[in-house]
Amino acid sequence: MSIATETTTMTMPMAKALNAGLRKALQDDPKVLLMGEDIGPLGGVFRITEGLHAEFGGNRVMDTPLAESGIIGTAIGLAMGGYRPVVEIQFDGFIFPGFDQIVSQLAKMTNRHEGQVTMPLVIRVPYGGHIGAVEHHQESPEAYFAHTPGLRVVSPSTPHDAYWMIQEAIASNDPVMFFEPKSRYWPKGVVDLSANVAPLHSSRVVREGTEVTLVGHGAMMSVLLAAAELAAEEGTSVEVVDLRSLSPIDYDPIVESVRKTGRLVVAAEAPGFVSISSEIAATVTERAFYSLEAPVLRVAGFDAPFPPAKLETVYLPDADRVLEAVDRAMAY
Amino acid sequence: MSYTAATVQLLSPEGTLVESDASAEYLPYIEALSDDQLREFHRQMVVIRRFDQEAANLQRQGELGLWVPSLGQEAAQVGSAFASRPQDHIFPSYREHAVARIRGVDVIGIMGLLRGTTHGGWNPADTNFHLYTLVLGSHTLHATGRAMAMTLDGATGTGDPETDAAVISYFGDGASSQGDVSEALVFAASYQAPVVFFLQNNHWAISVPVATQSRTPLYLRPSGFGIPGIQIDGNDVLASFAVTKKNLDAARNGEGPSLIEALTYRMGAHTSSDDPTKYRLDSEVEYWGARDPIARFETWLRSRGEGEDFFADVATEAEDFAADIRKRTLALEAPPIGKMFDFVYSEPHAPLAAQKQWLADYDASFGSEA
Repeated sequence: MSIATETTTMTMPMAKALNAGLRKALQDDPKVLLMGEDIGPLGGVFRITEGLHAEFGGNRVMDTPLAESGIIGTAIGLAMGGYRPVVEIQFDGFIFPGFDQIVSQLAKMTNRHEGQVTMPLVIRVPYGGHIGAVEHHQESPEAYFAHTPGLRVVSPSTPHDAYWMIQEAIASNDPVMFFEPKSRYWPKGVVDLSANVAPLHSSRVVREGTEVTLVGHGAMMSVLLAAAELAAEEGTSVEVVDLRSLSPIDYDPIVESVRKTGRLVVAAEAPGFVSISSEIAATVTERAFYSLEAPVLRVAGFDAPFPPAKLETVYLPDADRVLEAVDRAMAY
Repeated sequence: MSYTAATVQLLSPEGTLVESDASAEYLPYIEALSDDQLREFHRQMVVIRRFDQEAANLQRQGELGLWVPSLGQEAAQVGSAFASRPQDHIFPSYREHAVARIRGVDVIGIMGLLRGTTHGGWNPADTNFHLYTLVLGSHTLHATGRAMAMTLDGATGTGDPETDAAVISYFGDGASSQGDVSEALVFAASYQAPVVFFLQNNHWAISVPVATQSRTPLYLRPSGFGIPGIQIDGNDVLASFAVTKKNLDAARNGEGPSLIEALTYRMGAHTSSDDPTKYRLDSEVEYWGARDPIARFETWLRSRGEGEDFFADVATEAEDFAADIRKRTLALEAPPIGKMFDFVYSEPHAPLAAQKQWLADYDASFGSEA
């Protein structure tokens, strides 16, 4: 027993956890195949698929022509033929050449067929800032997809979640947009390879507190946890919820938390206008109005294009910006 | 754009067989056809033209929201459709009514689509004829991906014509400008996917002439992708059948993708909302009217000794079919309200289930006043 427990827990970065999850999916189901630009011998620009081409061959791990609409459109055809394609988009800003295939075709296919066709397709998108890159390489476009009926949208924040959520996404018969916080690819965390802890579309309280609830996803989680630590030093007890799923959103843990704390701050790297944060603010206001001691506040990237890298730390919400909102919430 | 020396034409507009360098290799495909098969070509062209007319009438009478006529394109569709085998997959655009019927689709589904009772209309698994795709060119990528799946499955290129499969994808001169079509050609070439791109050049993308879509004949475009292209007289059902059969056979045999440009003409409007008198000349329509696909085929069949009884039977069948479609179209009702929620996802989705319930409760709150 003890030996089994020891061997099923490993410390690894999210990049390795995703690699292990993809390998497991390829091993478990011969219909799973990976498609994308440079994902073959190179292992992808972030090396997430490293070694998989050598292990499973070019028919299971396919380097594709450099055309995102083509990748997603042919993946739809492969899904019609019984395959379960997992597509890698190289960077967040490169998803848009494939936007029409995702929104007008992939998302609507099952509905158009009245359930007679399913689309078990995963689109992996490395997203977000903190890597000092050029234009189109640091964006957070997840709200576009959460707005689209027919898609499921998720984003892990830890290596453990990444390992399990990628496998759950691949097992889903619906299309899943899988947003990977690229700045969190390399910090290590503990992955329990023996046991998953949560369904794909569940949010989770990751730190308990009593006075303010912070909600976020992806790379924002490390910022929120740091902010919670600083707040505790200043005497404010903060609860932190990791959304994990952006569509659908699992509201129960959030609403339950707000009923306890009476205050909610939602944080994300994306522009705040018409955002997932806005949606959460509206819904929590509807569901927990009498529990609120302060208006729901948002901390967001600004409503300007993601700036040149030398300004990214100003644009991206950090712990201080989160705490500024916590202070405002506490002041009501 | 009109016929050139490179255009494969087996049956002239006057209804006589064409013996030329371009036609020589294809005539044997026609000689192999039985009289019954040739009669079937005619029957399908006539019936679908009558169906098309009935649908246009239904639209004018307010029974369809829109109609997308196929008038004039019967030969391109009927010939190519008969060249496919049951195991092949067909990815249409939205004007391939004849192909649908030949593949065994109950075309009442098309009426439902345009009456507003469904976004689909049939189950592709029944006939391998996929749903209409209204965003032009998008489906050429699905077709290519489906063909790639055949390769991965080992379902093509084994040398067994009874089981080897291929894909044919229909699109038009307008759609040829879409990036997705170029990407489909790239992917099809790179993976040597067993897919035939069937481009019906009907000369008009709503009001924009084909010259605005391409400065070269469209059958030359795929050569830049490493894909062979060929141009046919799309109003010649024999050329459409023979050339498509050769290309589909090659695709099934592992010889990779190809493109067929069928020169035809959209005799009607783009849709019932269009007014072609604002952008094209009567003389052009008359020119193509003289190249009508059905008239020339009828002339040829008669020259081969086909009797009046056959043509009378076909006319009766067409009338009966149109009457049946009319009756069944008028019976197409709006789907149940809750259905709009039922297939958005294939697995449970709590927020959508809650919206469905809310709408049902809201609807019920008005009582049964009616």
